[in-house]
Amino acid sequence: MLLYIMQRLMQSIGVLLAVSVAVFLAVYAVGNPVDLLISPEATQAERQQMIARLGLDQPVWSQYLTFLWNALHGDLGTSFVHGQPALSLIVSRMPATFELVVCALLLASLIGIPIGLWVGLNDGSFGSRAVMTGSILGYSIPSFWKGMVLILVLAVWLNWLPASGRGETVPVLGIPLSFLTLDGLRHLTMPVINLAIPNIALMIRLTAAGASEAVHQDYVKFARAKGVRNQRIVRRHILRNILIPIVTVLGVEFGSLIAFSTITETVFAWPGMGKLLITSIYQLDRPVVVAYVLLVTFIFVMVNLLVDFTYAALDPRVKLTERMS
Amino acid sequence: MTGQDKTIPVLEIRGLQTVFHDAQGAWPAINGLDLTLHKGEVLGLVGESGSGKSVAGFSVLGLIDPPGEITNGEVLFNGRDLRKLDEESLRQLRGASLSMIFQDPLTTLNPVLTIGEQMVEAIAEHTRGATPDLRRRCAEGLARVGITSPAERLDQYPHELSGGMRQRVVIAIAMLNRPDLIIADEPTTALDVTIQGQIIAEMQELQRESGAALIWITHDLGVVAELADRIAVMYAGDIVETGSTDDVLDRPRHPYTRGLLNSVPGDTAAGEPLRQIEGSAPPLSRRPAGCPFSPRCDRASDMCLDQPPPPEADANGRVWRCYHPLPEEEAA
Ligand SMILES: Nc1ncnc2c1ncn2[C@@H]1O[C@H](COP(=O)(O)OP(=O)(O)OP(=O)(O)O)[C@@H](O)[C@H]1O
Ligand code: SF4
Ligand SMILES: [Mg+2]
Repeated sequence: MLLYIMQRLMQSIGVLLAVSVAVFLAVYAVGNPVDLLISPEATQAERQQMIARLGLDQPVWSQYLTFLWNALHGDLGTSFVHGQPALSLIVSRMPATFELVVCALLLASLIGIPIGLWVGLNDGSFGSRAVMTGSILGYSIPSFWKGMVLILVLAVWLNWLPASGRGETVPVLGIPLSFLTLDGLRHLTMPVINLAIPNIALMIRLTAAGASEAVHQDYVKFARAKGVRNQRIVRRHILRNILIPIVTVLGVEFGSLIAFSTITETVFAWPGMGKLLITSIYQLDRPVVVAYVLLVTFIFVMVNLLVDFTYAALDPRVKLTERMS
Repeated sequence: MTGQDKTIPVLEIRGLQTVFHDAQGAWPAINGLDLTLHKGEVLGLVGESGSGKSVAGFSVLGLIDPPGEITNGEVLFNGRDLRKLDEESLRQLRGASLSMIFQDPLTTLNPVLTIGEQMVEAIAEHTRGATPDLRRRCAEGLARVGITSPAERLDQYPHELSGGMRQRVVIAIAMLNRPDLIIADEPTTALDVTIQGQIIAEMQELQRESGAALIWITHDLGVVAELADRIAVMYAGDIVETGSTDDVLDRPRHPYTRGLLNSVPGDTAAGEPLRQIEGSAPPLSRRPAGCPFSPRCDRASDMCLDQPPPPEADANGRVWRCYHPLPEEEAA
């Protein structure tokens, strides 16, 4: 077990290194931030000085090694634009994104799993086929378009909900959260719905597929032959089995929503990490972009590790063992 | 097995018909089946694969799912027609006074629930209010089917047990509530021969001790010879011959029964080749109009192709469905 964790952590470090090289090269290719950062009126001397201070006069491999060396000391660079450490800049935006993602996944599970169960247990009925077809729409409509329609209807026409921002927040253990105030909740609603819709569809389809397969298993028929009540069969025998893929997918979705909430955050001007990323890319704020990608990769890896543990806890047949080889 | 009152019927099936629907229509898998089982009696239900043995068992419990449907007949259990009961009354009987052991022990138990939970629920779902001693009762149940350190087994998951152990667990579950009738659907087919023998012996012991009536479904005539009081031979959804074990095995009247006996290795005289029945059982949609066995029968005449033969009985309670039964003297 310990060996397993060690092995997984080693793998994670490998992944992080590879990602850091890739992203470093990518931002290098995107463009030179100097032109954006330095006012056109600056003298040549001022220009040189600035370039040297930002370390941009070094060749790319040397810049990378400096970055790596600093990264090992917990320093992922300083934002060109904000003059703050990139990491703390991103971390300060993290609660907003996490709140959005957690709420969206919660909503997706609360709505998607019961509907999916119903669909799976009423396999082939008109209602279940209608839901399955509708769910395809759920994740094929582009996020930005859905977001704009939501704003148009709920904010512009009906004027029910605010179209942008986080609203009023309350600090809990020093972390600002929106969902505890009415104003915050109103701000949270639309971006959460926008982010949740494809995941509701995903949860419905996943649960439905699992349930309609599980109903026909011998162990369900045997439970019925034992005289177990229907409700208990669904709750213990069926749901317990399909929870395994559901938790796995939820974990993976958590990671990718953190990474891909950018569009939703941009559309609703939600001050999270994704919005910061987009702004930083426009401003060619390299340290922030690099730090962002590394941090998200790290979160991804950690979530996957967590999913593996949950998986092993849910499925007694799975034992976490280190891979031979 | 003597000394028990084998005249009170536990189960009486009359004219049972179970069909499977497909795009072309409804095809009967069980076709007008009649069967009576008395208190404490062991009945061997034999027949080739596809003859409808499992469907018959599930029909008794009312566990036929779409596209299947029970369309006709009565299933009287202790005098009550199960087909007239609502789902909740039926549920209360299932697993309590009427239980079933499935064919494949590897798929019968839920892989993600402990043995204990799967046993406890079998009792708890049939009792009102708090039930003390549930675990102790389950552990005793396991001990009765020859499982060692039963208390520890309760906390294990199915995959931690061997196939034989799992089938013992399933048998223990089926016996937990002391049912009046147990339907055992080829419970040893998936297991190796030594384990098979042990389980059959244990089952026989349990059945005697509890006095439950038992339907033992199998395609292995050797197994029923040891176990059964009576044998019912099934072909294409109907029982073609039934009688006491000795009568049916030693003096079959139906050509299909004789065919089955001839294909059992131990029963053929030395030097005589094993004779398999020619052909195979027809699929549901292509069963002949007359006697269902006629395409494979060497005694078939024109009248066999016309109308299915009605049941005929002799003084010993033997019933067969054949226009040209084998003469009584002929031994297999
Ligand atoms: N769910 C189903 N849908 C359609 N046809 C079915 C279904 N279940 C059983 N049948 C058909 O009913 C007939 C009887 O099947 P059954 O399972 O009772 O056979 P069996 O005698 O138990 O055979 P085996 O020895 O292989 O278990 C078969 O022809 C089978 O194809
Ligand atoms: S009725 Fe005719 S075809 Fe059917 S088993 Fe008897 S002899 Fe054969
Ligand atoms: Mg079967």
